[in-house]
Amino acid sequence: MATIQLRQVEKLFGEFQAVKPMDLTIQSGEFVVLLGPSGCGKTTTLRMISGLETVTHGDIYLDDRLVTWLHPSERDIAFVFQFFALYPHMSVRQNIVFPLQAVGASRETIERRLSEVVDLLRIAHLLPLKPGKLSGGDKQRVALARALVRRPAAFLMDEPLGALDAEFRESMRAEIKQLHIEQEATTVYVTHDQVEAMAMGDRIVVMSDAEIQQVGTPAEVYYDPANLFVAQFIGSPGMNLAPGTVAGDLLSLPGGNNYRIAPEWQETLSNTQNGAADVLLGFRPEAAEIHVAGELSGEVYATELHGAYKMLHVSLQEEHDVVHIRSDRQADYPIGAGVRFDLKPDMVRFFNPHTEAALLAKRPPPVSRREVVFT
Amino acid sequence: MSNVTLQHVTKRFPGVVALQDVSFAIDDGEFFVLLGPTGAGKTTTLRIIAGLERHDGGTILFDDEPVDDYAPADRDVAFVFQQYSLYPTMSVFDNLAFPLRSPLRRVPVEQIRTRVRDTADKLRITHLLDRKTAHLSGGEMQRVSIGRAIIRDPRVFLMDEPLSNLDAKLREALRVELQHLQKTQASTTLFVTHDQIEALTMADRIAVLDEGCVVQMGTPDDIYDRPTTTFVARLVGTPRINLLDTARENGVLTVKGSSMELRALSQELPASFLLGIRPEDVTPDSEGEFAGRVALIEPLGVETILHVEIGDQTLLSLVPGMTPLRTGENVRFSIVPDRLHYFDNDGHRIQL
Amino acid sequence: MTSFAETGPRTAVTEGIRVDKVNPRARLLKNIRAVVVIILALVGLIPVFAMGITAFKSRADVVAVPPKLLFEPTLEGFVFLLTDRSQLRGTTLAEAQENAEGGEPIGIFDRIALQNGQRINGPSDFILRLRNSLIIAGGSTLLSVTLGLFAAYAFSRFEIPGKDDLLFFILSTRMLPAVVVAVPLFLMYRQLGLHDTHFGMILLYTVFNLSLTVWLLKGFIDEIPREYEEAALVDGYTRLQAFFKIVLPQAATGVAATTVFSFIFAWNEYAFALMLTSNNARTAPPAIATMLGRGGIEWSAIAAGTLAFLIPVIFITFALRKHLLRGVTFGAVRQ
Repeated sequence: MATIQLRQVEKLFGEFQAVKPMDLTIQSGEFVVLLGPSGCGKTTTLRMISGLETVTHGDIYLDDRLVTWLHPSERDIAFVFQFFALYPHMSVRQNIVFPLQAVGASRETIERRLSEVVDLLRIAHLLPLKPGKLSGGDKQRVALARALVRRPAAFLMDEPLGALDAEFRESMRAEIKQLHIEQEATTVYVTHDQVEAMAMGDRIVVMSDAEIQQVGTPAEVYYDPANLFVAQFIGSPGMNLAPGTVAGDLLSLPGGNNYRIAPEWQETLSNTQNGAADVLLGFRPEAAEIHVAGELSGEVYATELHGAYKMLHVSLQEEHDVVHIRSDRQADYPIGAGVRFDLKPDMVRFFNPHTEAALLAKRPPPVSRREVVFT
Repeated sequence: MSNVTLQHVTKRFPGVVALQDVSFAIDDGEFFVLLGPTGAGKTTTLRIIAGLERHDGGTILFDDEPVDDYAPADRDVAFVFQQYSLYPTMSVFDNLAFPLRSPLRRVPVEQIRTRVRDTADKLRITHLLDRKTAHLSGGEMQRVSIGRAIIRDPRVFLMDEPLSNLDAKLREALRVELQHLQKTQASTTLFVTHDQIEALTMADRIAVLDEGCVVQMGTPDDIYDRPTTTFVARLVGTPRINLLDTARENGVLTVKGSSMELRALSQELPASFLLGIRPEDVTPDSEGEFAGRVALIEPLGVETILHVEIGDQTLLSLVPGMTPLRTGENVRFSIVPDRLHYFDNDGHRIQL
Repeated sequence: MTSFAETGPRTAVTEGIRVDKVNPRARLLKNIRAVVVIILALVGLIPVFAMGITAFKSRADVVAVPPKLLFEPTLEGFVFLLTDRSQLRGTTLAEAQENAEGGEPIGIFDRIALQNGQRINGPSDFILRLRNSLIIAGGSTLLSVTLGLFAAYAFSRFEIPGKDDLLFFILSTRMLPAVVVAVPLFLMYRQLGLHDTHFGMILLYTVFNLSLTVWLLKGFIDEIPREYEEAALVDGYTRLQAFFKIVLPQAATGVAATTVFSFIFAWNEYAFALMLTSNNARTAPPAIATMLGRGGIEWSAIAAGTLAFLIPVIFITFALRKHLLRGVTFGAVRQ
C-alpha cells in the first residue's frame, strides 16, 4: 500500500481557481476523507490524484514515484464512482474481471482473485446477473469488487454512497469501513456528508472555497474546529454560536445573558480582543445542560423528537439567536416556555468574528470529560 | 383552517393499486405527517387531496363537506412541491403574488403588495423580492415556495417532501422554522416525507404508509416506542433497531447464532420470534451481563455507534460522546430489559 | 435549478476529461482541432461565397474560365432580377444613350440596363414572388406552430387513448416522399379551387410542418416539469390560464427553434410550389429557377435572387439565435 503526497497542487479552470495550492500527505493504510460542500474542490482534488484531471501546478507522488503526468492506468489506483459506472452490457463476473483482463492476467490469477473478492463482499450469487438487475447497494458492492480485484496501491472513492437510499447507506458505510480495516488499503474518500466523514475517516480533510480548512481526526474537527466554517459544518446541527462582548471576566450575550468566562480563557480573550471586545461563543448542543438555576436563559422556539433524544431550539432573545440544546426525550417543553441552562466548561470554545478563526486557550481545557469512559 | 378527513380512499393506476382503503382524519391546526418509503402512495394521497389526481373510491371531506368533485382551484388548498414549482420566468415578488392574482380571488393591488411584504418578512426573504427565481439558492427557493403557500389563508397546507432536495444544514434550519411557523399559526398541515427524522421531529401525529396501506398511526412517541410491525420499527430510528432471531425455551430466551441469553419476562412469547433492541438501549458496562467484541466504531461526534459482535450476530450500540474503546477489543454490555420489543415471525408486534 | 446553480462551476468544467491547457501535448491537440474545425467551416461556406460574388459579376465575368476572384462589381444581376426590360434597337437605343450622356437624370438601374442596350419598363414579377413567399411561409409557420403547440401540450400532459399510435401516425406523414402525393394533390386542389391560392399553399405547408412541430414541441414541453402547472392549478387558475402564464414563457426556446425550422421548410419548398401555383400565389423558389429559361442563363440574376431569398431566413435565425442554440441542444444536454 502506498503513501500519497500532494505538494502545492493547484487546479485552475481558465480564471477559476478550483483548488488553491494545497499540501497533503496521506499515510499508507490510512482512510482519509475529503469533506466539504459541493463546489469546494474535493472531487477535483480526488480526480487529480487519479489522473482523470490534470494538475495546473504542483506535484503528486505515490510513495516516491512522481505521477503528476502519468495516465490514470499507469498510476496503480482504483476509482469508485458515485454512479457505480458498471458496464451495463456485461455480467457482474465480466465487470469484476475486466480490469484484470486489461492487464493480461492469467486465467488462474483471474479465477483466484475473483473468488477472493466475491467471498469478501459476499456477492457470489450475483455473478451471472447484469448490473441492471441489481439494487443500489449490490451495484456498489460490485463496483467495490471491481476496484479490489486489482489490488491497487490506493483506493479513491467519489461519494460512493451518494446514490444509495438511506436504507442501504448506513449498512454500506459500515461495510466499506470494515473492508478497509481488513485490507488496510490506503483510501481517499470524498463526501459532502459530515456524518459519513466522521463515521469512516481516520482523518478528515475539511475543504471549503477550494482550500483546506482543517485536517484532523474526527474528535479534533468535532471538538476543536479550527474556524467557524468547520464548527458549523461538522455536527448535526452544527456548533451553536452566540455573539458576545467581553467585559472583564464576563461575556455578555443576547437577551441580557451573562456568561462567566473560565480562568483559562480570560487571558486569551482580553489579549486578542485589544479594544474590539466582541467574540463568538461556541458550544455543541450536548454541552448545554438544562438546569433550573442555570446561568443562561432563553425561550423555546421549537422542539424536535429525534427518537433517542429531544432537540430543543432556544432563542436567546425575541425569536433570534436560536441555540440548539440536546435534552433527554422525556422532558416536555411548549413553544414559548422559558428555560435555563449551564454550559460544560470544557466544551466551550471562542472564535474571532472577524478572522473567523478559533481562539486558543492559554492553558488547554481538560480533555478527560470528553470521553465517556467505560470498559 | 379546516379539518381534513379521508374515508376509504382507493386509487388504482394501470397494473397497480396505489392506495388501498386509506382513512385518516387531520384535526384543525394539526401537523400531520405521512411517512413511508418511495412508492408507498404518500404523494398520490397528497395529490388526491389537492385534486390533482382523481381517486377511484372513497370520500374526501373538508370540514365534513365532501370535496371529491371540486377542481384543484376550488378546493382552496396550498401545495408546496418538492421542487420545480417556482415560475422561473417571474420574479420572487410575482411568484408570491401569483396565488393572489388568481381570477378566483381578485385581491386589490395594494393589498397584494402588503401581503407579499408581510410574508417575505416572516420568511426573511424581503431582500430577494426583485430577483428572478433562477438566481436563488435551494434554500431560498424553498422559502419562497413556502411563502407562496402561506400568503393566502388556505384550508389546508399540503407539503410534498419540501426539504428533501436541500443539503443537510439547510434542511435542519428549515425544519425548525417550518415547525415554529406551523405551531404559531396553528395551520392544518399535511406533510409527506420518506425521512423518518423529519417525521419524528415535526409531527403531532404520523401515519406510516406502506404499499398503499396505512400500517400505523400515532404520535411520534407511539411510532418510536411501540412500532406495530418490524417494518415501522426499522423505518424509524438511526442507527436502525437491532432485530435478532430468538428462541424461547424453558423461560430462557436465546439469541440464535450467539451466546446471548435473557430471562423471559413473559410466558406468552412464542417458541421463535424476533427480538428488537434500539441501539441506545445497548450500553457498554463493565458489570454488564453480556460479552462481545467491538467490530467497528463509528464516531459521529455527539455520539458513537459501536458494532458489537456476539457470535454470528452483530449488535449496534449507541453511546454518547467519543469512546476510548478500540476495534477488536472485548467489551461487556447490558441492555435495558423494559425497553425490548417482541415481534412474531410475520413481523407483527407481540404485546405483553 | 438549484443543483444546477450550486454545482455549476464544478460540473460545467470538470465533465470533459483532461480539458487542461497546461499539458503541452493536450494544448497542441487542441490547436490542431481548432484548425481543422476552421478549415471545415470554410469549405462549407464556399458555395455561399461563390453565390455571393456571382451576384455582383457582369455577364462576361460570370462565364469566365478560370473563374475570376477579382472583378469589377456590378449590379447587373440585380437589375435583371428586379426589373422587366425591353431591348432597344437602332435609333431608339442611340437616342436613349444620347439622352443619358446629355445629362438627363436617370437612376443607376436605368444606366446599367442601358449599358446592355435595354430599357426598364417596370418592376419584375420577382418582388411579387418574394411577397408571396413571405405570406405563405409566414402564415403556415404561424399556423403550424400554434396548432403544434396545443397538440404537443395535449400529447405531453393528458392521457389520450392510443397516444403512441397517434404520435407515430402523425410522424408517418413525413415518411413518404412528397412527389408521391403530388399528382393527387394537384387534382384535389383543382377541384376545390385551391390551386394557385395563398390559402391553399398555407394549408399545404401547415399540414406538412405539423408533424415536425408536434414532435419537436412535445419534446420541449416534456422537459417542463408538470409541477409548474399543478402549482398554478392549486393556486386558483384554470388549465388554459396556466398554459399561457406558465408553460408558454418556459417553452419560448422550443417555440423559437420550431418556428425557424418550419419557416425554413416552407420558405425553401420548391416542388409543390412549382406544381400548385402558376401566377397568383407563385413563390420565389420556382420563380428563381424559371429564370433559367429566358434568353440564355442569367447566372448573376439567379445568384442575386438566391441572395435576396436568403435574407429573411438569415434575419429570422439571427433574431432567434439566442433561443435557437439552446433549443437545438436542449434534449441532448439533458440526456
